[in-house]
Amino acid sequence: MKTIRKMLLTSASLLALAFFSVASVQVAMAEFDPKKPVDFVIMAGKGGGADKMARLMQSIIEKHGLASKPFVPINKPGGSGAEALVHMNNTSGAAKDHTVMVTLNSFYTTPLRQPNLGIDISTFTPVGRMAEDTFLLWVNVDSGIMNVDDFVAAAKAAGDSWIMAGTGKGQEDQLLTDFLNRTYGLNMTYVPYKGGGRVAKELAGNNANSTVNNPSEQLGFYEAGNTRALAAFTGNRLELFPNAPTFGELGNEFIYYMQRSVVGPPGMSAEAAAYYQELFSKVFQTEEWQEYKKSKSLYGDFLTGQALMDYWMNERTIHEAMLKQIGEI
Amino acid sequence: MEVLALLFDGFIVALEPLNFILIVVGVTVGLFIGAMPGLGSVNGVAILLPMTFLVPPTSAVIFLGAIYYGAMYGGAISSIMLGIPGASTAVATTFDGRPMARSGLADQALIAAATASFVGGTISVILFTMFAPPLAEVALRFGAPEEFALMLLAFATFIGLSGDDIPKTFFSILIGLVLSAVGLDIVSGEPRLIFFDIPGFFHGVNFLVLAIGIYGIGEILWTLETNKGEVEVSTLELTLKKFISGFFRLKNAISTMLMGSFLGFFVGILPAAGATPGSLMAYGVAKTMDKNPESFGKGNVKGVAAPEAANNSASTGSMLPMLTLGIPGSPTTAILLGGMVIWGLEPGPRLFTDQTEFVWGLIASLYAANLLALVINLAFIPVFIWVLRVPFTILAPVIFILCIVGGYAPTQDMHDVWLMLLFGVVGYLMRKLDYPMAPAVLAIVLGPLAETSLRQSLIIGKGSPQIFIDRPIAAAIMACAIILFILPLVKLISAKRKKSSSN
Repeated sequence: MKTIRKMLLTSASLLALAFFSVASVQVAMAEFDPKKPVDFVIMAGKGGGADKMARLMQSIIEKHGLASKPFVPINKPGGSGAEALVHMNNTSGAAKDHTVMVTLNSFYTTPLRQPNLGIDISTFTPVGRMAEDTFLLWVNVDSGIMNVDDFVAAAKAAGDSWIMAGTGKGQEDQLLTDFLNRTYGLNMTYVPYKGGGRVAKELAGNNANSTVNNPSEQLGFYEAGNTRALAAFTGNRLELFPNAPTFGELGNEFIYYMQRSVVGPPGMSAEAAAYYQELFSKVFQTEEWQEYKKSKSLYGDFLTGQALMDYWMNERTIHEAMLKQIGEI
Repeated sequence: MEVLALLFDGFIVALEPLNFILIVVGVTVGLFIGAMPGLGSVNGVAILLPMTFLVPPTSAVIFLGAIYYGAMYGGAISSIMLGIPGASTAVATTFDGRPMARSGLADQALIAAATASFVGGTISVILFTMFAPPLAEVALRFGAPEEFALMLLAFATFIGLSGDDIPKTFFSILIGLVLSAVGLDIVSGEPRLIFFDIPGFFHGVNFLVLAIGIYGIGEILWTLETNKGEVEVSTLELTLKKFISGFFRLKNAISTMLMGSFLGFFVGILPAAGATPGSLMAYGVAKTMDKNPESFGKGNVKGVAAPEAANNSASTGSMLPMLTLGIPGSPTTAILLGGMVIWGLEPGPRLFTDQTEFVWGLIASLYAANLLALVINLAFIPVFIWVLRVPFTILAPVIFILCIVGGYAPTQDMHDVWLMLLFGVVGYLMRKLDYPMAPAVLAIVLGPLAETSLRQSLIIGKGSPQIFIDRPIAAAIMACAIILFILPLVKLISAKRKKSSSN
């Protein structure tokens, strides 16, 4: 009983503290503070890399009491992120200052592929780039494939019955699949699923022959000895996967990262933007986030404001060229 | 029996004073969250997640698990008493639970719901304890073709042998399928069926909007017409004798409960499915298996027992892919998953070996929560029954407000509230024309799952449906589905033949 009473007392005093600190801030300066729960839109399905990361950010915000109102995660995975982008574009009124979204690279590719959605990402509000995720080529251990040479031989022999599972159409995973098809003369069939968690499961269950998952999505199966990383789409070998060479070492350099950023809707007020930029830079600096970055072999520093916008514009140009090459646009 | 020893250790964890109190509080809170339309277990777990940082991880997940379980019980209450599905998982409970309450059998329906929930919870915990690793393997093998075959089977249970007018059932399913196609194309991302360019259609038609509209608003309209607004006071008295005889009358529904439990658990362990499809499928199967399918939808106790057993069983089942594969089987477990990451527990294949205390503590507390939920629920039945004594003139506006809140809550978009009112009127008219509405609700839940898996299968199979025959599990399920589709036809022909020969 003692623990319970202590707990109740702690929570009551925490509540009181939170109340007073909010009140005092409001009195001291007319800064922005959310007036209702913040919609935390996730541009991907449940269980994928973006989803896990968003939920971790939410938990960090809650745990350290960084925000006075809760962040409520909402998955909008439809149409390679089109659903989420349209949702952000259509926010109005108070929602403009109470919605932020976790994005990935479909932030560039989906508006490029579907100009009829009327999305212009340069109008969105940059909040913060939290990390850059890495990609590896994965196979199931049962396949007996030990390296990229084995993989190429097996995929060549299988022709178009070789299944590469990935998330969404014309997105990161398909760009990498296309690189492999072009470079090694393969004809793999790309099958889109909702979310990287599901993709990882399809490989572990032998319903797909290979994937280009992020480490965070495959780590569980990798550690259990179900799947194997063959090579990394990075500049240097990843600490977690010392046996997986980079494609550069194999003579076919291909470096590709996935942004993990937080973005606000077009037309978010400057005060609100400053609030979220400050908030997410605090999240970035927490021990939990740094630990997560390390354990999931994530790269990248915190970027915000104009620097983040410049980064987006540069990435958009790169993706436009890639999509043109594979004939998606 | 190493597993039993682990489970026993789990019970010791679950019965620690702090954990036990958290179970009691969690179940009670969950019961009320579940009973409030629009506030399902998802919201409950999401809102209370931050509170769990004050206690150790094992206690935290036990608390959330108790809320989850309590909400599964609670959802049935408003489905039965008010005719509004309290949570998405309790939609199927409305089909027969509400008619039972209208004909003065509310106590019977509530007892059936509580008992079936308990049976479902018990069986699922046993299945989990005994077969977790092999079942995780099954879930892993289940690819897109198998998933589609299963969806087809679910549709078949609603058409085949249903006893309803088959063309009308078909029509109802098609309406649901069209509504489920609204929004953005799953594979290409192109917008489709955006009526009048209204942006609210981009997020699709939430099935709770349809269910609350048809059952909540439709119910009010229906009652207004049948009673002409006259005051309706139920004279139902609950005595201990009636209470006990209520249990004995459940004898007939035992096999239904068992079926619902097994089916619910199995559907629950498949990623992406969860408790809502599980409960709807269990309803369909119960109806198909019954000797008297016409009585479903009119107040058959089995129509309450099947979905309630299934949704509780599925809620345990959906823990399995979360814990073993790191993939949530339902929206609620997705939030639990987020919590686990911050507690420093990595879900995935190694959790079972690395964190035995956590895993088995969770399982044991689910079981304790199940037992407590039954006791608390039964104790509250007289309170729920009291709702029936409230005059209709007071009850109707309350139901109306709850419907509006329930329609608004999931997406927080007024567009959905207008849509819900529209569905209410359409649902009322369809009911007048004697169209079954349950198939439409089933179709809007399963439609997107079926479409995604069909299209993935066809990409894998190079556009040929051969893939459904080549894969043994898919082929077997497919065969069952086709038989169920054909049976009514055979029955029709043989009935005709009998008629002509007797002439």
